Amino acid sequence: MTWDTIVGLEVHVELATTSKIFCGCPTLFGRPPNTQCCPVCSGFPGALPVLNQQVIEYALRVCLATDCTINSLIRFDRKNYFYPDLPKGYQISQQHQPIGRGGKLVITTDNGDKAIGIHEIHIEEDAGKLIHDPQGKHTLVDYNRCGIPLLEIISRPDLNSAEEALDYLDKLRRLLLFIGVSDCRMEEGSLRADVNVSVRPTGSKVLGTRTELKNMSSMKAMALAIAYESRRQIKILTEGGRIRQETRRWDENEKRSFALRIKENVEDYRYFPDPDLMAIRINDHWIKNTRELLPELPDAKYQRYLTTLDLTAYEASILTSHPALADLFEATVAICGRAKDVAGWIMGEWLQECNQRACRPQDLKVTPEKLARLVRLLAEGDITRGTARQVFIQMIDNQADPDDYVHRHNLRMIRDIKTIDAAIDQAMAAHPRSVADYRAGKNKVRTFLVGQAMRVLQGKADPALLNRRLLEKLNTPD
Amino acid sequence: MTQIHELGALELGKKIADREISAPEAVRHALGRMDLLDSTVNALITISGRSAYQQAKAIQKRLDAGEKLPPLAGVPLAVQDNISTKDILTTCASRMLHNYVPPFSATVIDRLVAAGGIVIGKTNLGEFAMDGTNETSHFGPVLNPWSTDHLAGGSGGGCAAAVAAGEVWYALGSDTGGSLRHSCSHCGLTGLKPTYGSVSRYGLVANASSLDQIGPVAESAADCAAVMALIAGPDPKDSTTQPMEFKPEPVNLNGLVIGLPEECFLPDLQPEIGKAVQAAAHQLAVLGARIEPVALSLGEEAVAAYCLIAAAEASANLARFDGIQYGYRPADPKHDDLSDYYCHTRQQGFGAAARRWIMLGTLILSAGYYDRYYLQASKARRLVKENLQKALAQCDLLLTPVAPSTAPRPGAGPDDLYNTCLANIFTVSANLSGFPALVLPCGLDHCNLPIGFQLIGSAFSDSLLLSVGTAYQEATAFHQLRPPHVGEKT
Ligand SMILES: [Zn+2]
Repeated sequence: MTWDTIVGLEVHVELATTSKIFCGCPTLFGRPPNTQCCPVCSGFPGALPVLNQQVIEYALRVCLATDCTINSLIRFDRKNYFYPDLPKGYQISQQHQPIGRGGKLVITTDNGDKAIGIHEIHIEEDAGKLIHDPQGKHTLVDYNRCGIPLLEIISRPDLNSAEEALDYLDKLRRLLLFIGVSDCRMEEGSLRADVNVSVRPTGSKVLGTRTELKNMSSMKAMALAIAYESRRQIKILTEGGRIRQETRRWDENEKRSFALRIKENVEDYRYFPDPDLMAIRINDHWIKNTRELLPELPDAKYQRYLTTLDLTAYEASILTSHPALADLFEATVAICGRAKDVAGWIMGEWLQECNQRACRPQDLKVTPEKLARLVRLLAEGDITRGTARQVFIQMIDNQADPDDYVHRHNLRMIRDIKTIDAAIDQAMAAHPRSVADYRAGKNKVRTFLVGQAMRVLQGKADPALLNRRLLEKLNTPD
Repeated sequence: MTQIHELGALELGKKIADREISAPEAVRHALGRMDLLDSTVNALITISGRSAYQQAKAIQKRLDAGEKLPPLAGVPLAVQDNISTKDILTTCASRMLHNYVPPFSATVIDRLVAAGGIVIGKTNLGEFAMDGTNETSHFGPVLNPWSTDHLAGGSGGGCAAAVAAGEVWYALGSDTGGSLRHSCSHCGLTGLKPTYGSVSRYGLVANASSLDQIGPVAESAADCAAVMALIAGPDPKDSTTQPMEFKPEPVNLNGLVIGLPEECFLPDLQPEIGKAVQAAAHQLAVLGARIEPVALSLGEEAVAAYCLIAAAEASANLARFDGIQYGYRPADPKHDDLSDYYCHTRQQGFGAAARRWIMLGTLILSAGYYDRYYLQASKARRLVKENLQKALAQCDLLLTPVAPSTAPRPGAGPDDLYNTCLANIFTVSANLSGFPALVLPCGLDHCNLPIGFQLIGSAFSDSLLLSVGTAYQEATAFHQLRPPHVGEKT
């Protein structure tokens, strides 16, 4: 028997507003515990919430970018439960009238595009964090995260594999980054995904019992967790067992999940409208304004890169993976054209440098204007790629100006045949064994000789010309 | 000669402004009265004498320097102990918050203090202002200054008792289902439940958020108006507040139509109350108002809706008292299990009445009951408001009794929650609709216990109510009656 895996995602994303959802506290990450809170977000008696309008604005953007139907009247509800990270004993969320419903997000599968339904998008406040003291004696509470605005984006169970779930999350991440509502950092918890997994015999229309997976702190962990869970369920069912509805915690070290609690009777959160907050009317004018302010979405950008800029699918995909890359790319191309060359440089040297320096793409302090001039120098054959790399490092580390640097250090490409010939002669004279080897049929040594000749000219020789002349000399016996 | 405590709040304010009486002298006098009376009346939970005295000296300094301050500057006031006061205990009369000192003040306190108000004490109330009686206070019941065999009413009895006993000149209380109005009526005082949204709730420890409202308690409508002028108006910290114009001006009652819902005069109503309220209506007619009978159902459905909504909201509002961040913690240190810890904290920290409300509210909001109870109650609430609106379309104000009987004796109240709520039959409609309601004294019963009547107006007619109240009090002397015996040496 073959089995289908059914996956649904509940994604929590922290909105990157400057202040919290119901008070003026900052939303900075990684500050000392309990330094980013006030009576409102830490639930003191008598404190009242006041809605931060920017949250609605951001949520509206997400709803519009995912084709959700916007509720014209939204309300906040109290979700009641006890936990030490929840200082009011309830979380302000949206149950009865959430901001958006019925949207979609298109993912790419082996069988082409597939629309994944979005069941609901609602706004809520984040809870605090429990910190277990290293001696194991106490549990401490940090309220800094309390009241950070969250969006919960609930997909329909339309995903059928770990790969599809990954692509969905990646598409969603790109979308949220491009519309500027979140920094989507899974490792800092600003993007968290809970996954519902069930399996059923292929062809069956009935959904199997699902389990909920939590605590995956990276995309990779999520993919592993889904694959693991799908295998686990299939094994149980194949052996005649039944699946228990439960929440399972992914253990990153052990690469397996453990049951947390059995959900036999569904938890009752006793939702009711929060009387401290007024209903908010979202009129067509507001929706229209927000829609007009939406930037080009990553899917549209991707298509444009393919069709009008002639990039490959791989290039377009990398450049639309983060707005910092797309912005840099477009700003540079706007100055110098040469989309292919710019794309090549960004995907090659730029990202490589970021990698080596362990920084984000936007952290290299090189302006599009300077990058455009560097690309132009390279593309027009004024400098070699090796020189360009050397100049680029100087641009990053010392804010060097590419033209000026090339000029002052005399780095222009050498195209003079006499000079190149002389260099080749010198290299051949210094390595007679290699010359003999080549002539005896060992083609590989040619690369070594090219390198040696290049070295004589400090890497500045026109590589094509040098190659051609070397070949001619090698093939012409003395 | 009139003693200082026999003055009204505005009168004392004027004498302080005219430097006939100094602010520290007023504070000393109030502290003396508390010393003399409060062990009997039990109106106060905390007396903040030292900080009050310092504030008074600072205000006096400004006055002596010739500075002109707002009308109530230098007049000491008492604040119900569910209104947050920075650095002063705010217990809500509960063991749960017996040690809680707020790090911030309620907006109303900030506003009064900025105008020269001096908080001299925190008044006793029923635990968390619930339950329509103050007998549930962790600090014992508040007795009525008119007769210590009786209660001051409640739940917010302390603020009315403190003013009636002459311990302070005015007070701030809260009103969720009629609490403030009942205790004013039982203690012979004037009190306003303002329009919902006209006074900030920021800093009021929530009982039922959609019903709660802070209001003034004083000797006269004029004093209440002076307090309202300082505390009313939108607050960026409370998104349920709304802009409103508060300008009480003398009114001519000629042409004013006052509706008298005949259904109010039920057989259950204490006959003396019926008579006194009718007499008040007559007095207003003498002043020029037209009294018209109106059809207004004050059915029990309003009380039922009130009970359900109040309980539901309270159950969530009181969830934050979990022993984690502040307040009561159980002495027993063995709590391996988190839910055990919560249970012990809440079982020991809350009194029986509060626990009963929380359990009722939790049930009402539970799956399967929400539709049947909470949604039903919300619908009933809309009907109550519509009915009141219809009645107020035929007249300017409605006139009703406040309570079916005068001040109750300790231990005499009904044991079950619903019948306790039924005593609020005349008052809950104003909370459910959000409309303002003013209570004015209008007589004494055969035990010499005060009787009050209530005027209800449309939303944001608070100034009109107080102006009519002032006109009534200019023609009558009921508000000037004093409790006969308490602490008087003569
Ligand atoms: Zn805060």
